[in-house]
Amino acid sequence: MGYVIDGHPLVPGAACGVALVSTDPLSFWGGYDQNTGEIIDRRHPLSGSNARQRILAIPGTRGSSTTTAVLLEAVHQGTAPAALLAMGVDTFLALASVVADELYGHNLPVVALAPEDFALLRSGQHLRIEADGRVHIDS
Amino acid sequence: MSTLLSPSDRAMLAGEHGPASQMAMRILERMRPIVGADAYLDITAAHIDSALYQGDATLAFAERLAALGARVAVPTTLNVSGVDEQGWHAWAVPEDWAEKARRQMVAYQSMGCKPTWTCAPYQESQRPALGDQIAWGESSAVVFANSVLGARTAQYPDLLDICAAITGRAPAAGLHLEENRAGQVLFRLQGVPSGLMESDSFYGVLGHLVGKAVGDRIPVIDGLEARPTEDQLKALGAAAASSGAVALFHMIGITPEAPTLEAAFQMRRPERVMDVTMELLRTARDELSTAGETKLDMVVLGSPHFSLAEFRALAPLLRGKRRHPDVQLLVTASRVVRALAARDGSAAAIEAFGGTVTVDTCILTTPMLPRKVETLMTNSAKYAYYAPGLLGTRIVYGSLEDCVCSAVSGRIERDDTLWGT
Repeated sequence: MGYVIDGHPLVPGAACGVALVSTDPLSFWGGYDQNTGEIIDRRHPLSGSNARQRILAIPGTRGSSTTTAVLLEAVHQGTAPAALLAMGVDTFLALASVVADELYGHNLPVVALAPEDFALLRSGQHLRIEADGRVHIDS
Repeated sequence: MSTLLSPSDRAMLAGEHGPASQMAMRILERMRPIVGADAYLDITAAHIDSALYQGDATLAFAERLAALGARVAVPTTLNVSGVDEQGWHAWAVPEDWAEKARRQMVAYQSMGCKPTWTCAPYQESQRPALGDQIAWGESSAVVFANSVLGARTAQYPDLLDICAAITGRAPAAGLHLEENRAGQVLFRLQGVPSGLMESDSFYGVLGHLVGKAVGDRIPVIDGLEARPTEDQLKALGAAAASSGAVALFHMIGITPEAPTLEAAFQMRRPERVMDVTMELLRTARDELSTAGETKLDMVVLGSPHFSLAEFRALAPLLRGKRRHPDVQLLVTASRVVRALAARDGSAAAIEAFGGTVTVDTCILTTPMLPRKVETLMTNSAKYAYYAPGLLGTRIVYGSLEDCVCSAVSGRIERDDTLWGT
C-alpha cells in the first residue's frame, strides 16, 4: 500500500532508492565519509549507516560551511546519496547539487518537504522521486 | 516574486564580464530563488572557506574558476587551507595531499584573495563595521561577524562564498536583512555563579548547549553577570555553530544589536524561553568529552585560531615547565598572529615547553596527526565537537589551565571546582 506526498523541488530530478531517515540535522563535514558514504558523526543517530545510493532524509544540515564541499566530493567519488529530502529549504544541500551539475553534469535531486510529510518517512521505505517534487512511498 | 537584477547582474549572466564572472553569477542565480531572494545587494568584503582542500572535486572547482580568469571584486580574505604550506613535512601529511592542497591555495591566491589562511580573520585584517554587508564563509567567523561585530552575512557555504566575492553581489535574503536578525529563542541564565561566568571554559559549554537547543534559530542570552572578552565570545559562537547552525546570537547588554531585550527581539515575543541551569551546563560539559580514561597523547589549542591575547595567557602558564615526554602540545594559529607572538616572546615560551605552533590550517582540516595519537585534550568546544567524527580520536574538554597541567603530568586532570561537581 503506497501513497504520494508533494514536495518542493529545490533541485529537480528523478531518483529512486531505499530511504535512510533521521529527525536529527547532519553536518556532512565531520558527519559523512566522502570515501565510503558512511555517516560518521558519532553523536548522530545514523552513525554507522551508509547513505550511498540511498535516499537520505534529514531535517537539514548544521554548522560547518564545508558541508557542501564534502557532498560535492561524495558525488565525484560515487558515494553520495541518490537524492536528498529535507524538512524545508536547505541551501547547503541545494548548492552542492547545483555545483555538481555545473562541474560534472550530475543530477542530484534535492526536495524540500513540509514537516507533516517528512514525518511520514521511515528508514527502509522504497521511495520514488519525480522531477516535479512528488515522492512516492511504497511501504 | 518579481526579480530585480541590475544591468550589471544581467551583463555578468550574459558573459559580458568574462566566463568566470558568468559561471559565478550563474551559480548565484540558481541559488537566489532557493534562498528566497528576489534581488542582489552589493558586498564590501568576503571571506572564503572554499580554499580548503577536500579532494579532487574542490580542487577542480578552484582550478576551473582560476583557468577562466576569475578575479575577486571586493577585498577578500582566505580561511584555513588544507595544509601548513611551510611546516607540513614535520607531520603525518601525505605528500600527494600536500601537493593538491597547495595547488588549491595557489588557485585562490591567483584570483586576488589575501593569503591570510585563518578561520579568525577578524583577529588581524581590517574588520567589517556595524551594518556592513559582507559574504563570509566559515561558520565560526560568520557567527562572530554577525553577533560581535554587527556586520551582516548569511552563512555562506563553500563554493558559494567565492561566487559572491567574484561578482561582488549577494542574494538579498536571510541575515543580510534587518527584519531577519531578530532574536527567536530566549536563554535565561539561572543560578550560575559569577565565578564560572568569568571563566573561559564556561563559554564553550554555553555555546554547545545553546547551539544544540536552538538548531538554526537566533538565540538571545540574558542574565550574564560578566563582561566577556572577545575570545570568550569567539568560543561561544564557534561552539554554537558546531552543535547547531547558529549564525547570529544576541547577548543582552553585550552584543551591538542587543542593548535591551526589546531591541534584540525587535519588539517581538520569543518563540521559546529556556532556563539555563547548572544541571544543564554540567550535562553539556560532559557531552564535550568522550574519553573516560586518564592517559593523554596530545593537547590541542586554537580552534578558532589562537589570538595574540590567548598566546599571552598561555605563555606564563608554561614558564619553567616542560611537557611530559609522551604528550605533545600543539597550538594552531595564523601566520600573522604567530609572528606577533614571536615578537613578544609568547611563542618562545611554547617552544621552551616543548610545544609546537602550526599555521595556515588546523588538526581538523589537514591529515597531520599520526595514528598513534588517540586521546586529545582541548579548551576548544569546536575541537571537542568535531575530533571524534573527523579524526576518530577521543577527546576531553577542559580549561587552559587543565590542559597545561595535563600536558605536564601526562594524565588528564581537570579542576571541577567551578562546575560544582
